[in-house]
Amino acid sequence: MKSGRLLDAGEIHRAVTRIAHEILERNKGAGSLVLVGISARGDDLARRLADEIERIEGAKPSVGVLDITFYRDDIGMRAEAPEIHETRIDFDITGKSVVLVDDVLFTGRTIRAAMDALVDFGRPTSMLLAVLVDRGHRELPIRADFVGKNVPTRKDESVRVALEEVDGEDAVYVEEPGPAERRVGREKNE
Amino acid sequence: MRKHLLSINDVSAEDVVRILDTAESFREVGTRVIKKVPALRGRTVVNLFYENSTRTRISFELAAKRLSADVINFSTSGSSVVKGESLKDTALTLQAMGADAIVIRHSSSGSPYTLTKWVRGSVLNAGDGTHEHPTQALLDLYTIREKVGRFEGLRAAIVGDVLHSRVARSLSFGLVKMGADVTLVGPPTLIPPDAPAWGVQVSHDIDGVLPKLDVCYMLRVQRERQRQQYFPSVREYSRLFGLTRERVGMLPEGCLIMHPGPMNRGVEIESDVADLPQAVIEEQVTNGIAVRMSLLYLMLGGSGERWGDE
Amino acid sequence: MSERTLFRGARVVDPASGRNGVADVLVQDGAIAAVGGEAPSKGATVFGCEGLILAPGLVDLHAHLREPGREDKETVETGSRAAAVGGYTALAAMANTDPVADNTAVIEEVRSLAARAGLCDVLPVGAITKDLAGEEMAELGEMAHAGVRVFSDDGRCVSTSWVLRNALRYAGAFDVVIAEHCEDASLAEGAQMHEGLHSHTLGLAGAPPEAEEIIVFRDLSLARETGGRLHLCHLSAAGSVELVRRAKAAGVGVTAEVTPHHLVFTDEDLVNYDTNYKVNPPLRTPEDRDALRAAVADGTIDAIATDHAPHAVEEKEAEFDQSPPGTIGLETALAAVLTHLVEPGILSLPRAIEAMSTAPARILGAPGQGGPIEPGRPANLAVFDPAVAWVVEPPFASKSRNSAFLGMTLRGKVIHTMYRGDLVVADGKAQR
Repeated sequence: MKSGRLLDAGEIHRAVTRIAHEILERNKGAGSLVLVGISARGDDLARRLADEIERIEGAKPSVGVLDITFYRDDIGMRAEAPEIHETRIDFDITGKSVVLVDDVLFTGRTIRAAMDALVDFGRPTSMLLAVLVDRGHRELPIRADFVGKNVPTRKDESVRVALEEVDGEDAVYVEEPGPAERRVGREKNE
Repeated sequence: MRKHLLSINDVSAEDVVRILDTAESFREVGTRVIKKVPALRGRTVVNLFYENSTRTRISFELAAKRLSADVINFSTSGSSVVKGESLKDTALTLQAMGADAIVIRHSSSGSPYTLTKWVRGSVLNAGDGTHEHPTQALLDLYTIREKVGRFEGLRAAIVGDVLHSRVARSLSFGLVKMGADVTLVGPPTLIPPDAPAWGVQVSHDIDGVLPKLDVCYMLRVQRERQRQQYFPSVREYSRLFGLTRERVGMLPEGCLIMHPGPMNRGVEIESDVADLPQAVIEEQVTNGIAVRMSLLYLMLGGSGERWGDE
Repeated sequence: MSERTLFRGARVVDPASGRNGVADVLVQDGAIAAVGGEAPSKGATVFGCEGLILAPGLVDLHAHLREPGREDKETVETGSRAAAVGGYTALAAMANTDPVADNTAVIEEVRSLAARAGLCDVLPVGAITKDLAGEEMAELGEMAHAGVRVFSDDGRCVSTSWVLRNALRYAGAFDVVIAEHCEDASLAEGAQMHEGLHSHTLGLAGAPPEAEEIIVFRDLSLARETGGRLHLCHLSAAGSVELVRRAKAAGVGVTAEVTPHHLVFTDEDLVNYDTNYKVNPPLRTPEDRDALRAAVADGTIDAIATDHAPHAVEEKEAEFDQSPPGTIGLETALAAVLTHLVEPGILSLPRAIEAMSTAPARILGAPGQGGPIEPGRPANLAVFDPAVAWVVEPPFASKSRNSAFLGMTLRGKVIHTMYRGDLVVADGKAQR
């Protein structure tokens, strides 16, 4: 399995900072702003963005974690039911400007599920999408509003995001497909 | 995850942890404004209740509906189950309706096993005769884990009519599987003599057992058992084995008092004891929905064999 | 022209004469004409039987043919055919029909149905008590004069001790056998299987072995006291075996039987609530099974009897506790005994044949059955291949399908069954 590094720690940090500025610019400040990160890793990114926004603006937006497993469109297609991670949204999203945060945008199905989940939590004023990496190959009409880096990939490659909080380092790798690897847990890159 | 849940022995200790962890997420769903997720949309869950049990049936019904599944209720208290129609014929009808899962409660031990012969969907045992009640055991394990935090070395006593109790069987097997220390307490006529082969201890002296417990689980004792001469009188039974206010005082602090319900106040448990804070009987009910959602999700969320897909 | 059949080159196992070796058997006009050496084959139908075993036709001490009353489960004809397919040339048909065989009318009806079918001897068993109620003696003398040799309330136990005692004494006048189904009613009430760890784990009511042993002890005491001839049906418990052993040593006139399924299965086989293992008396522990096997080997248990008990498909498909107990057994008995007892060396082949033919014929007083295979004797023979493997599955000759052996592979297949000179089964198939 060959792998190459797309982004290093420094590039990730700069991307987060830039996205934070773009969000504030688009939202015209931090008012009514809430971030919802899609677990796993989208929530860590959301927390980083919140910290960055606080550093810039002096106000820290609320951060929620959303697991979209229940809303997947492929339940019942794999041998085992997909594993569930934590969801915690302790605030009301009605009337808020929600920024969905995820690490990789690929087919768009994860984001579709996230939007369906969020509308069951309330009625936001607006929903925007921030991703660290957009790797193309959309299967649904979804697009990101804020992108860390656009990375063209082959469909059979996989993109792996490593974050300090979870993986002990900050990096983004692209990997050639190995022989039938079984991926445990939520397959986010689809 | 196995296709059917007929006995608590169908799941491993790892499975139990997974079921309880998943139940946590479903408990969170219960706190949302919209207590519903589309996970099992398009699936059909049938409640086949030959024995009356409003509590368990509603629990399963809510669990299925909150997963967006369609629910069909067959129960003898309504007129849906035709009297005299064989279990096989009812099963074939349900099969024709496209049941992805059938939850069955029946007075004959082993009937869920028989049912699996005729249906393609998953079968969940909601209580069969005096055999097992695995979902009750799982929700009790959930409550215990939540309140006490561990199973390993947990000291639990199950008190009462073990011989006729499907709850006692499932819970004993489940607790032993998770590494707890289980003692069955009751008169010799109501405890199977080979029970130690289940990995449990047996005692006929409740007062000797109470001071060293983390969980005290009281079973329902039917007055009918006195008529069948398993013990001479209700009075003697409650004097020897009933959980009185006085006996509660013998329990260590923090010990949980549990009961599967419905209670025979005055027989196995004194009325005001049931209302004490360490009696977590209410919560056992709430947790039931989350645990049942977890089971339905894990059993139907995999590709297994889906009705209609050939 | 006389009908002649020659069975050439089989290994003849005939406990009644002590023969155990290769010999030709010539049959003429329904009787054995010659045995041994090489018989002349002129004008005879010849069957090459190299590698096969030729034995006296098997005799079943205990079968339920369900006619009159439950012809949906089995009839005298279909039961006889199942017997023939299984190598049996005679069987005793139990009395718990509807109406009960407690009078000569029912006895005669069963006899004439059997004669019409013409596939094996059917010896009707008479009830001990009227309507099997266990209260009043049936007309044993009248039935004995009509040729009945065995009386049994099987299905039920004679619970009142003095009724049994009376029957044993009264029957002494007629040289008949009283056969008992040993089951203490209160201990076995509601029981679905053997009481033990498995019944407790499965949540099914169980009957302890004492339910059988207590009645065995009672009946042996009464047999000793009255001098009557007692036969104990389908023993299931090691304790019962021990009691019989001691009684025989003390000279009590008792015989005993066991079923093939009690020699093969145990209570552990019920773990999936398969009703084909629900039988009465129940399948017990491995220790009980081993004691039963040893008892057949040493002769404490005289005979192996099928207790062939057909039940309708929908009855056996019902919930476990609603399902009637019983398994069919005529077509699988020989193969089950060969595979699970003879092959592993627990029983010798001659002893197995003795238990399934010679001894039952003697107990029943069945004329012309059980050997010896000697000139002049009626030609009731079974020829089988001990090595052929086959899977127990429908279609069966029996009308019913409730076999404890369903799905199993057994070794030993009946090739020819000759009933009083008539080849009723040839090449493994019933001829009519």
